Amino acid sequence: MDNRIPAVQMRGITKTFGKVVANHDVSIDIQRGEILSLLGENGSGKTTLMNMLSGIYCPDSGQIEVDGKEVSIRSPKDALGLGIGMIHQHYKLVDVMTATENIVLGLKEEKYDLKAASGRVRDICSRYGFDLNPDQKVYDMTVSQKQTVEIVKVLYRKADILILDEPTAVLTPQETEKLFDVLRNMKKDNKAVIIITHKLNEVLEISDRVDILRAGEFIGSLKTSETNAQEMTDMMVGHSVALNIDRPDPVDPKPRIRISNLTVRSEEGLVKLDNVSFTANSGEILGIAGISNSGQKELLEAISGLQPIETGDIAYIYPDGREVSLIGKDPLDIQRLGVSLSFVPEDRLGMGLVGNMDMTDNMMLRSFRKGRGVFVDRGTPKGVAMDVKDNLEVVTPGLSTPVRRLSGGNVQKVLVGREIASAPSVLLTAYAVRGLDINSSYAIYDLMNQQKQRGVAVVYVGEDLDVLLELADRILVLCGGKVSGIVDGRKTNKYEVGSMMTTLGGGAAT
Amino acid sequence: MNEKRRGPLAHIVKRPDISLKQATAVRAAAILLSILACALVTFMFTGDDPVSVFKTIWEGSFASERRLWVLLQNVSILLIISLAMAPAFRMRFWNIGGEGQVMMGVLATSSCMIMLGGKIPNVLLIIIEIVAAIAAGAVWAAIPAFFKSRWNTNETLFTLMMNYVATQLVAYFIIIWESPRGSGKIGIINQSTQYGWLPQIGEYKYLLTVLVAAALTVILYIYMNKSKHGYELAVVGESERTARYIGIKVGRVFIRTMLLSGAICGIAGLLMVGSTDHTMTTTLAGGRGFTAVMVAWMAKFNPLGMIFTSFLLAFLSKGAGEVATQFGLNQSFSDILSSIIIFFLIGCEFFIQYRIVFRKEAK
Repeated sequence: MDNRIPAVQMRGITKTFGKVVANHDVSIDIQRGEILSLLGENGSGKTTLMNMLSGIYCPDSGQIEVDGKEVSIRSPKDALGLGIGMIHQHYKLVDVMTATENIVLGLKEEKYDLKAASGRVRDICSRYGFDLNPDQKVYDMTVSQKQTVEIVKVLYRKADILILDEPTAVLTPQETEKLFDVLRNMKKDNKAVIIITHKLNEVLEISDRVDILRAGEFIGSLKTSETNAQEMTDMMVGHSVALNIDRPDPVDPKPRIRISNLTVRSEEGLVKLDNVSFTANSGEILGIAGISNSGQKELLEAISGLQPIETGDIAYIYPDGREVSLIGKDPLDIQRLGVSLSFVPEDRLGMGLVGNMDMTDNMMLRSFRKGRGVFVDRGTPKGVAMDVKDNLEVVTPGLSTPVRRLSGGNVQKVLVGREIASAPSVLLTAYAVRGLDINSSYAIYDLMNQQKQRGVAVVYVGEDLDVLLELADRILVLCGGKVSGIVDGRKTNKYEVGSMMTTLGGGAAT
Repeated sequence: MNEKRRGPLAHIVKRPDISLKQATAVRAAAILLSILACALVTFMFTGDDPVSVFKTIWEGSFASERRLWVLLQNVSILLIISLAMAPAFRMRFWNIGGEGQVMMGVLATSSCMIMLGGKIPNVLLIIIEIVAAIAAGAVWAAIPAFFKSRWNTNETLFTLMMNYVATQLVAYFIIIWESPRGSGKIGIINQSTQYGWLPQIGEYKYLLTVLVAAALTVILYIYMNKSKHGYELAVVGESERTARYIGIKVGRVFIRTMLLSGAICGIAGLLMVGSTDHTMTTTLAGGRGFTAVMVAWMAKFNPLGMIFTSFLLAFLSKGAGEVATQFGLNQSFSDILSSIIIFFLIGCEFFIQYRIVFRKEAK
């Protein structure tokens, strides 16, 4: 190790929330002019650790040193005073204000001079290579531009230790490249940069060193140049995992859902889906790619009868060739037509499940109407709950534990398990692996493939292009509510899909 | 750095799941503290001995057999109204119109007794009375539910306003039916003939009310925990989006549940006029439509738990009233005492959810 004094040193940090130990005796350090990746699965305590450095939480025990001096960080203001700034996953910007106004918001400067501020913002941008117009309103910005505002905001406050929480989660591959260029410029400028992530290829690409956390504990620190994806995964998960996703051949694909000229408006009258047409086949996984909020949610909700549509048709084709239109039908009507349609929505606890109910009661959601009489039968759903728990290896203290207490991966298993239990002929999933650890993600991919091999038409809305490219047979790319194109998952690459996400039809590849 | 920087003096930490024992201990402590606070306040204003204050609170309910029966009647009526609130609140439909729904039951019962008394057989009158009271309460509650399901109106404001309308309707009919003329009161309805009076069980005037409350508790417990309707309304309460996602017609559940809520409030009104008070005043509900919300809430909408919470509140308010009388203070003083008790009871929920950790001095 070198003998320089680290920019930040955290020693023996412990933090608990109730019974949950988020961090236990974690020690890390970072030098100036270094990019450090903090790698770990969801729930491994990365964000909690960084929240303590940036003054959101107070550690239960342990010390933090900045430039060799012990400090106590009680608020984000304290942290900024020490030059520590964090860019959170969820941006905190005022939509109706411009970039500059957002940046100076809350600062007590001697004189409120927007023009001067705007000049300083421009300086920062040109120094690090940000692409930002200081006078643009936030509501006009893309996600990536909003992120830029957040980063500049922190730099404007003279932070030289930057923490970025999963900065690439919402970016296209092209935008990610740009962000990485900026981070490299910061490193040259002798700043310390910490990025929280669970994407291995990014760790390898950008960082000098990687610290790995698992279940709240510090596992090890590696030089990026001396490691590889497999080694990092094994440390992150605690045992060896295979990193490739299976893609069996489609099984006798036949049209199952046919969407023609579908147009959907939101309650505010905004066009969310614009003249969308495609067919989802049985025995096949249809991936849906697109930057967030391009109409994915509306598309799935329209098919499942939750979203009123303006024009167009959604037809379900029975295995025997008969057709029925699903327009104007609610989920119960669709069920009564004998269409076994399962839907794993994005919002698991707010829509797919009831967080305060236990597994048994959640299994009943779809089936509680069965049987005559006024009383519910909890016996059968209990059996289903046991099966789901055993087959999908749901980790829970018991069947009567409210599902909101389970971890994200287990919540998702409960939801997917229930939806699959009804032997669907169509399975719609939205961001099925969001927030899941590697093991759970692979378990979900396996389930998708099993359903596909059973002849189910699987629609998989995803955000990780690497996964979509490995899992889906065909990929439909949405761009601003329109179909930008449908490509063969075996023949495309992520740059092609990435450019289709931002420009209709892909435009000239950049 | 010259000053030694420290962490904050104390911070709030969410508790892991608290055991029932601990929670009960916290609540018991809150009740004790509230009584202490009441004693202190009484002592400060009157100079009376705090121990005698506690004694008086006890005597308010248990000094005589009659008082005990009055307490039981109070508990029963409060419990019935609270049971009515439970399904609506579990559905997160903020029905604070219990007062008005009870008053409509009161009005329906009184009008049957006054208009039909002596004109039809008494058995038939009682049946009509029961149906009318239940229907009046149910309709009164279903109106806000209908508007909410149709136009998404705010049920809190709507049910609150309906209280005033109901109270004014009662006031209007009191003037029309006043007896004796010019008194501005109705007096005991059918005092000599007892037309429309609900039958008394043995020599116990209040027993019928107590039995109805007991039966309703069991029925509501089963309805909320074992029936399909109960399951549906719980899902709607937890998340309307989940309910829509599985095809529950949310608006229909709103109206259905509020019909039930209102019907039970109607029964409370029926019992008050038909079985115990035999008269109609604008203050007959006496704020219990609101107290019931708290009773239901403190019991987490569990009908069995509400037996205890309604008992507790009825007992304490009787005691507070007794303190005010015994020590020569006016009614407002007993309101102050009840408020102190309620403040502690609600406030202690914070300590059930969270605990406060003080900084440990560095070694």
